[in-house]
Amino acid sequence: MSDRPNILEAVRVTRRFGGLVAVNEVDFTIPEGSIVSLIGPNGAGKTTFFNVLLGIIDPTSGSVQFAGRRMIARPRRAGLESLVWVLPSIAVVLVGLALAAAGILGGAGIALAAVVAIGLLVATLLLAIVRPLWYQAFLVRLGIFRSARPNDMVQAGMGRTFQNIRLFKNMTAVENVLIGMHSRMHASPLDAFFSTRRGRREEAASDRRAQELLALVGLRGIGNELAKNLPYGDQRRLEIARALASSPRLLLLDEPAAGMNPKETLDLMKLISRLRADLGLTVLLIEHDMKVVMGISDRVTVLDAGRKIAEGTPEQVRSDPRVIEAYLGKPAA
Amino acid sequence: MTAPATSAEAPPARSLSGPAAQLAVQLALVAAVLAGAFAVLGPEQFINALTLGSIYALIAIGYTMVYGIIELINFAHGDVFMVGTFVSLALLGTLGFTAAVHDPLLLVVLLAGDFLVTMILLGVVGVVIERTAYRPLRTAPRLAPLITAIGVSFILQNLVQGVPPYFGYGPYATNAPQIFPTDAFLRVGGTNVPVLSLLILAVALGLMITLQLFVGRTRIGRSMRSTALDRDAAALMGVNINRTIAITFFIGSALAGAAGVTYGLQYGVTRFDLGFQAGLKAFTAAVLGGIGNTIGAALGGFIIGFIEVGAAAMGQARWGPAIVFGALVVVLVFRPAGLLGQQVGERA
Repeated sequence: MSDRPNILEAVRVTRRFGGLVAVNEVDFTIPEGSIVSLIGPNGAGKTTFFNVLLGIIDPTSGSVQFAGRRMIARPRRAGLESLVWVLPSIAVVLVGLALAAAGILGGAGIALAAVVAIGLLVATLLLAIVRPLWYQAFLVRLGIFRSARPNDMVQAGMGRTFQNIRLFKNMTAVENVLIGMHSRMHASPLDAFFSTRRGRREEAASDRRAQELLALVGLRGIGNELAKNLPYGDQRRLEIARALASSPRLLLLDEPAAGMNPKETLDLMKLISRLRADLGLTVLLIEHDMKVVMGISDRVTVLDAGRKIAEGTPEQVRSDPRVIEAYLGKPAA
Repeated sequence: MTAPATSAEAPPARSLSGPAAQLAVQLALVAAVLAGAFAVLGPEQFINALTLGSIYALIAIGYTMVYGIIELINFAHGDVFMVGTFVSLALLGTLGFTAAVHDPLLLVVLLAGDFLVTMILLGVVGVVIERTAYRPLRTAPRLAPLITAIGVSFILQNLVQGVPPYFGYGPYATNAPQIFPTDAFLRVGGTNVPVLSLLILAVALGLMITLQLFVGRTRIGRSMRSTALDRDAAALMGVNINRTIAITFFIGSALAGAAGVTYGLQYGVTRFDLGFQAGLKAFTAAVLGGIGNTIGAALGGFIIGFIEVGAAAMGQARWGPAIVFGALVVVLVFRPAGLLGQQVGERA
């Protein structure tokens, strides 16, 4: 296990909420192709840590490297970007004023300079919204670092499911899966408006792939049902299909067995193992059901009160006195 | 989690709850309202009402889209429409067209260009408004962006007035060039139908159908719907929320721009405060139809057009607004979510 490269490396991640230290200097790595579990009693900081990994909340300190790229850390020179937006227009205004003062520019010229300045301001603003790759590269060259947002993490290859089901209830099953594919599709609004061949071909290919994914998790033939009309177990599986749709390299499962009966739990364990075997996925599991955790994990990490208190194979963790203490309390003296 | 085999046996429950069935029901309701209005108003007034209704509908769709995605009542939206009327007249004025154009080819080129440029410019205006005024307040309490929207409305009104005579149009009514001949009629079954009305109706319907297909069947449309349903979950599925909201503002404002062009063509006059009245009625239309639902907004727009024209036809034009808002009250008493309100996204 240790010979494989790590797909995710979190270094000394800390997150404070006011005086509360929810996550305290946690080092955490996930080797590529493994199934790793994160457990801990309620309030241990599992969810906060999870949210930091996903880019939902920023860490107070520490950083996360994912798929070889430093994705999450404190932002650097964040204010500089707004300067990039206004500088061209300010330059035009200054040049215009200078030329006007020198008597070179008449009234019409000043009006033109004003229009150009406003146009440039609008153009840079639109650029910042569209964020083409060359613009991002330019920001990196200026030394600006922006901590990744959730959609950036998905783009980089992280998929997730939710503890309590969060499907798009008023959309059909296929559409839910297609949303998962969003970050892997490239059709622009223009492709959509003019119904270009590229756009149509991509829609058709995505639709086929969505149907395949539904079949993979065992939901063949229900593609056009609204998500809210599906039974509970199917909704859970639809969530997994949706997470798989973004072709993730790392799949984060947040309590996937919550509310399942023993038979369903067993099937879930089989599905997770199969996903690793068939798709080469790496899985990070947050789970309360110890049978699941101990049954399929290569490695288990235990958090308590924001700190990592144990890490190792399921057997090691199970017999660790600190873990037993965290879950059951100190033995009476 | 059951084995894959079992769910394949599950009967595919076909019911009235599918999205296609929902759409059919809504369109049937729209058709019923249209038929009723035709019966009451008679053909000539019906055409007038449709024309006015299309303009309200185009504005109302922008209201409803923005509300659907960020739950903001964008009070500046009516003023975006007003700016659209001015952009269109400035454009045509700059090109030197102030009267009806009778060369069909030139007319088509001019109209297409006018619509395209105005819509794109207004779309950009909408995106800039969102980026500078609303995005910084996205996590603020709801009242903050609402008041900001009123501020943006004032800014737009004052920008258009400007500093006459050097810049801007001042607080006066300004003539908009009616380049489409208003005296061209088509005789349909004993009724003279103005060709301009048909054009406006065709533009409005074309834009609405395009929008419906765009939102229903494309990647960006799906990202818009998912963001409206559950913004955080959408972000976690890889949807870029900021970009999606920007696109929504672009489309909504571009439609208001199209409404501005049609308004200028039809009524030939505009003023800086046009957006207030029109915006209020379009907002009423959006609420009447069920805010968040684009078909509902279109339906609401047409209903308001029918009521206003109907009141005018009976010589009671002054009562038009009273009946409109009265109808809103009655609908909200019996259907608080609006006529087609059931489709509004429930948050997970």
